[in-house]
Amino acid sequence: MNAMTEPTHFDRLSNQHLDALEEETIFILREVAAAFERPALLFSGGKDSLVMLKCAEKAFGVGRIPYPLLMIDTGHNFHEVTDFRDFRAKELGAELIVRSVEDSMARGTVRLAHPGESRNVHQSVTLLEAIDEFRFDALIGGARRDEEKARAKERIFSHRDSFGQWQPKAQRPELWTLFNTRLQPGEHFRVFPISNWTELDVWQYIEREKIALPSLYYTHKRDVVERKGLLVPVTELTPPKEGETIESRDVRFRTVGDITCTCPVESLAATAADIVIETLAADVSERGATRMDDKTSEASMEKRKKDGYF
Amino acid sequence: MTATNTIAAPAYSTGAGSTNDTSSALRFITCGSVDDGKSTLIGRLLVDSKAVLQDQLANVSKSGEADLALFTDGLSAEREQGITIDVAYRYFATPTRKFIIGDAPGHEQYTRNMVTAASSAHAAVVLVDATKLKWNVDGLVDLLPQTRRHSLLVNLLRVPGIIFAVNKLDALGDDATAAFAKISEALQAFAQQAGIAVTATIPMSALKGHNVVEATPGWCGYQGPSLLALLETLPVTAAETDVPFAFPVQWVEKFHNSADTTQGRRVFWGRVATGTVQVGDTVSIHPSGQTAVVAQVVNHARVPGSVAAGHGAGITLDREVDVSRGDWLLAQVTPAADPDDEFADTPKPRAFAEATREIKATVAWMDDEPLVAGRVYLALHGHRWIKAKVKRIVHSLDINTLQEHDATEIAPNAIGHIELALQEAITAVPYAQSRVLGSLILVDTATHKTSGALLLS
Repeated sequence: MNAMTEPTHFDRLSNQHLDALEEETIFILREVAAAFERPALLFSGGKDSLVMLKCAEKAFGVGRIPYPLLMIDTGHNFHEVTDFRDFRAKELGAELIVRSVEDSMARGTVRLAHPGESRNVHQSVTLLEAIDEFRFDALIGGARRDEEKARAKERIFSHRDSFGQWQPKAQRPELWTLFNTRLQPGEHFRVFPISNWTELDVWQYIEREKIALPSLYYTHKRDVVERKGLLVPVTELTPPKEGETIESRDVRFRTVGDITCTCPVESLAATAADIVIETLAADVSERGATRMDDKTSEASMEKRKKDGYF
Repeated sequence: MTATNTIAAPAYSTGAGSTNDTSSALRFITCGSVDDGKSTLIGRLLVDSKAVLQDQLANVSKSGEADLALFTDGLSAEREQGITIDVAYRYFATPTRKFIIGDAPGHEQYTRNMVTAASSAHAAVVLVDATKLKWNVDGLVDLLPQTRRHSLLVNLLRVPGIIFAVNKLDALGDDATAAFAKISEALQAFAQQAGIAVTATIPMSALKGHNVVEATPGWCGYQGPSLLALLETLPVTAAETDVPFAFPVQWVEKFHNSADTTQGRRVFWGRVATGTVQVGDTVSIHPSGQTAVVAQVVNHARVPGSVAAGHGAGITLDREVDVSRGDWLLAQVTPAADPDDEFADTPKPRAFAEATREIKATVAWMDDEPLVAGRVYLALHGHRWIKAKVKRIVHSLDINTLQEHDATEIAPNAIGHIELALQEAITAVPYAQSRVLGSLILVDTATHKTSGALLLS
């Protein structure tokens, strides 16, 4: 089924290091279960969180993940992803908590500058509200340090103050595997068990473990327009601008976030093995290829993290 | 599309101390000031191994030429102020190995950052800037203080592979070969004096790319591998298998898959600190002192087998005993053979010393407030939290020479020797014997900051 056209490159690629990455991730997932009273695992239905979930199954046994799954819904998610999220949570017998930006808007805690504004940034508010509501003391996230520069500096156990803020200059040194998980009331931790994985590692692991993903990750026909070097999907939320031509292209998503700021790439890759090969040959980073909102400023992610963004 | 629930058995080594295991990712740190070409070296490794993609390259390119150094300054505060704040982790892979670089800033809070990065590193690349060295009248080289400091620190932390990378030799033109020979000689003399085992000394031009990714045979009289080729073959940390079995219990899982009630009904999960564990081993439980026999061992992903130091394990015991997170399972050493029988065939298993409440340690201090005698801190040993009182500051160390000086406090970013009294006894093993049993962190009771790293003497 994984008929490869050019197997040589792939054959030379070792995936033995995945054992060590998986082992580290499982160690961290168990540490969270043991060291915190009310942890939750952020689960979007995307590839990184599905990899974490696979590791959690190995860590705790199938159907025994000892913390709820939490999803912050912008209301602008691809239905293929949210459907898959629900399916997977049900299959695992896991508790799934969904909190939505819409609700925060209704409460008045989130106000949009204009109706079309991306809600991605506003997830922070809803997330902090959920942390308050459930008194979570640790949130496990699927962020990877290879995604961008501010992440490269963040600890695996990342301390957040009572405003949910990350303080890069006051990070706790992370020595050996002695994780200082001590908290003051109101504070919490963000924990990143797959910090040391790269996009390629994630795809190699998906391929090795046969992890099922939402169909969006694989090639499909989609109406898109070309805008500033990106392929923008044509949806109700992202209509074409005047003068733009709608084309049907073979595309896949490298990352599946908020519809208003996530773009697919042109691809015929139909399996994880195909994507491993594509990733090896890729010459643009995951964010560079797919995210409209990160292009505005090099420091935009750092600023958002300081404000409590995941 | 359906998800599968089968747990694939990953290829996993049951062998003890597989020191030539190059399948694991190699974690290495780079030491040196920014001016020594550290950022350029990292940039060169990333670009030449194609770990940097076009959009990232475009971000650091001015008039078409990439400034390699710019990859390593990630935070806006760093770019604005031109300083580096904290350790950054970077990744690249070759067809045979994945690498994790702990990029510790050289000049800002160097001790704290370097100790952080070095604590989990398999190797350290100490950059030596050939253009900055002073030649004394005898034609000998004086090493820079930072070369000594960085080498001494990574050696103190027991980073197994230490590589001297003599950089910027291209700037010396025709004198490069002679200069490299002299610098190598000086490095060798220093390493010997300091008791540092050096893996290699490589002449390099990070700017031109000599001996970084591609070897430049014969350049500066050097015929060895490039830095990358060397890193591809370095072993990850030699497993501490010659020390008796020790296992800090991280998490206790209620046993649920077996109807066999003759076994204990709980699995103890954690990472083997030292030694090896297999079914049938007798262990004692610290601190309760009870003993039990290992009934089942699985690896981190629940695959049965024996597990060696450095790897995750789940252990089931043959009887119900009180074990919780923070406890240790320790080798129960069978009564030794007659101590006078020096011709015994098998080496006698070494037992751990009695657990103790009095410890001596080297401390790397990381808090903004100095360490003073008399204060009580929270200490973490394995997964066990204990209160620790600083009884005495023995002396502080000159970080450039590791010479001892009388002191009444340990300043931020300084290193010293201290004595502590613990609320509960621990099985203390010198850091030189075990990185896990021999290390603790101190956490401030008021701020909860990680204030110090302890290496047991």
